[in-house]
Amino acid sequence: MKLPRFSRKTLCIPYAVFLLFFVVLPMLVIFFYAFTDETMHPSFGTFIKFFSDPTKLSTIVYSLVIALITTVVCLVIAYPVAYILARSKMKKKFVILMLFVLPMWINFVLRVNAIRELFNLLASLHGMEWLASANYFKTVFGMVYDFLPFMILPLYTTMLKIDDSLYEASADLGAGAATTFLRVTVPLSMPGIMSGVTMVFLPSMTNYVVSDMLGNAKVTIIGKFISDYFGNDWHMGSMIALVLLVVVFLSTWLSGGFKSEENVRGTVL
Amino acid sequence: MAEHIIELQNVMKYYDDNLVIDNVSFYVNKGEFITFLGPSGCGKTTTLRMIAGFDLPTSGKILLNGQDISALPPNKRPVNTVFQRYALFPHLNVFENIAFGLKCKKVRNTYENAEGKRYTKTEKLSKKEIAEKVGKALEIVDLEGFEKRSISTLSGGQQQRVAIARAIVNEPEILLLDEPLGALDLKMRKEMQLELKAMHKRLGITFIYVTHDQEEALTMSDTIVVMADGVVQQIGTPTKIYNEPANTFVADFIGESNILNGTVVGDKKVKFCGKTFDCLDDFGINEPVDVVVRPEDIRMCAPEAGTLAGEVISVVFKGIHYEITVQVGKYELVINSTESRAVGERIGMTIAPDGIHLMKPKYTTNVFDGVITKRNTVKFADGEFDCDVTQLYPGSHIDDEEYLVTAGGEKIDLTDTEVRVEVGLDDISISDDAEAGGTTGRIISIIYKGDHYRLIVRTEGEDEEDFVFSTDDLWNEDDLVSVIVPREKIRLSLKNPEGKKR
Repeated sequence: MKLPRFSRKTLCIPYAVFLLFFVVLPMLVIFFYAFTDETMHPSFGTFIKFFSDPTKLSTIVYSLVIALITTVVCLVIAYPVAYILARSKMKKKFVILMLFVLPMWINFVLRVNAIRELFNLLASLHGMEWLASANYFKTVFGMVYDFLPFMILPLYTTMLKIDDSLYEASADLGAGAATTFLRVTVPLSMPGIMSGVTMVFLPSMTNYVVSDMLGNAKVTIIGKFISDYFGNDWHMGSMIALVLLVVVFLSTWLSGGFKSEENVRGTVL
Repeated sequence: MAEHIIELQNVMKYYDDNLVIDNVSFYVNKGEFITFLGPSGCGKTTTLRMIAGFDLPTSGKILLNGQDISALPPNKRPVNTVFQRYALFPHLNVFENIAFGLKCKKVRNTYENAEGKRYTKTEKLSKKEIAEKVGKALEIVDLEGFEKRSISTLSGGQQQRVAIARAIVNEPEILLLDEPLGALDLKMRKEMQLELKAMHKRLGITFIYVTHDQEEALTMSDTIVVMADGVVQQIGTPTKIYNEPANTFVADFIGESNILNGTVVGDKKVKFCGKTFDCLDDFGINEPVDVVVRPEDIRMCAPEAGTLAGEVISVVFKGIHYEITVQVGKYELVINSTESRAVGERIGMTIAPDGIHLMKPKYTTNVFDGVITKRNTVKFADGEFDCDVTQLYPGSHIDDEEYLVTAGGEKIDLTDTEVRVEVGLDDISISDDAEAGGTTGRIISIIYKGDHYRLIVRTEGEDEEDFVFSTDDLWNEDDLVSVIVPREKIRLSLKNPEGKKR
């Protein structure tokens, strides 16, 4: 009897099975629920209901805006940090990098709780009462705090790979500091920017733990919406999930199109 | 007199606490092709980087056309660099890479307005001007039609050409080239050497070239600056440097040579390998000298007809010539000749007076600053050695309590006394066993001297002292060894005979 030979194809089977049961099948289920009514008959009712309901649409826009602000703030903070750390000759720069990354070792819910308590404490102070109702501010603050490492790390690793001689070449060719930054540093760190943006933008659109705990449940983002609907209306929940999927697909496709000419190595952390 | 475009005046450069450029002064004539040549770590690249502006000298001045530019940032200097690994921008295509410098450039243009008034405006170069200049630069490096190509699709040689085009398109006064051909294969390198030389003629600008390849330096340069250990060893034309090396380092580094110990025995007469030769260099009688004889300057003849006679121990065919090694007594000499000889054959050899180069030996003895310890040993060069302290005071001896008792009966505690330590070139040996000697260090230089090797071992502690000595054994450069000096060979003398204590 011949022993069965393992080819690369056979080794793929477990993954294919996993993919089928935990990715493809659930997607089909969502698709099925999104386009059926309570009697499980095909229907565009949920679709029409979703796009004719201004509160639902505004939630999507809210989510996008919050995610956008979070991403921009993260980028603005992370870029100089990553740049300085990657370029400096400091011996202990790893320690500083760890200081930014270390909070990730603590449970996420615990961290958000801690921030909430801090805000509560601050809000009790004289002159700081406005904090108690600044739900959007607190939500964005919490998200920035939580997702900052995901922005710093890819930026840092891409910038570390930029050869010092390129900065020297730029100066040698007559470029001042600002020109070098705009024409060498930024374009060469673009893969890091793209992967950092993706890693912050997507979770900040769906991760409703932060908005729930810091926004006094006043801030509803798309993730919260999906979770709420799956309590009683699977059809609407599936529809929102599907819309989110399309939004994510579109934004990934757009950023992917943006960097099609780039050297994509090192984009994924 | 030619115009000095670049002049270095007493330039010193420290990286942290390491001295990498030690008081270097020289000038470069306008339009010259000058090469900094030396082994890795000799400071040649650092010197280039200081001219480019990437590194600033710790002290000293760099003058460009007589103006001090020591502190000027690189983007303000009229020099451009071709980097060792090209440093092309990977996100830009060939055209954009070459145009990078032009886009940064601002020029002053004078216009006449409608009323006939003239005014000047500082402007960037127009797209058309840039395209024209880039086109011309690509033509110079033979890469027409490559404008749209991405850098990653180019071969090493093509990237090299783009790097050169990117530098020369800015019409710099000086073009700096940092080992630009190091990454190319031999054939390509030879081609590029000739092309660069031709380019230098055509452009008429000053080229400053850095390389560790002596053949490259000899082929291309008008002037060569030989560097070692952060110090300029010799400056001269390739012919002069080859034919009249200033010291054994240069002789050993440039081309092949037989380096022997000799003694001057009369007016323009030198004795080495046990025979007396006529030479052209003037030295004082009885002075010890280093003798350098190029392998091609030794003529072979019948055994009885030569000044020297010996037995052929190896013959290697090198393409154009044979490399013949001859045992002459206890010395080994290398001869390059177009004639071959059989191994084992006895031959005679003559050397014409102009083939013998004498130079002052750089090292005749090792001198260190030392301190006597409590145990009557001496500390120097990052280590501690047994020594005979009684030599400091004639007729003295050590008593039971380890005090020194002078001839006059005076008791002296020698602890912390500063002394001058002298060790002869033949009194040092080294060992692989780190515990065997008084200190450890790395071998930084090995020069074969006919019948022995002259080694330099540098200690790795904070003293960083060099031990120079002769040995019959072959070691490897960079080996970590311990340095052994026999107790009786350490010669001590008091530094300040009056006040013994610090």
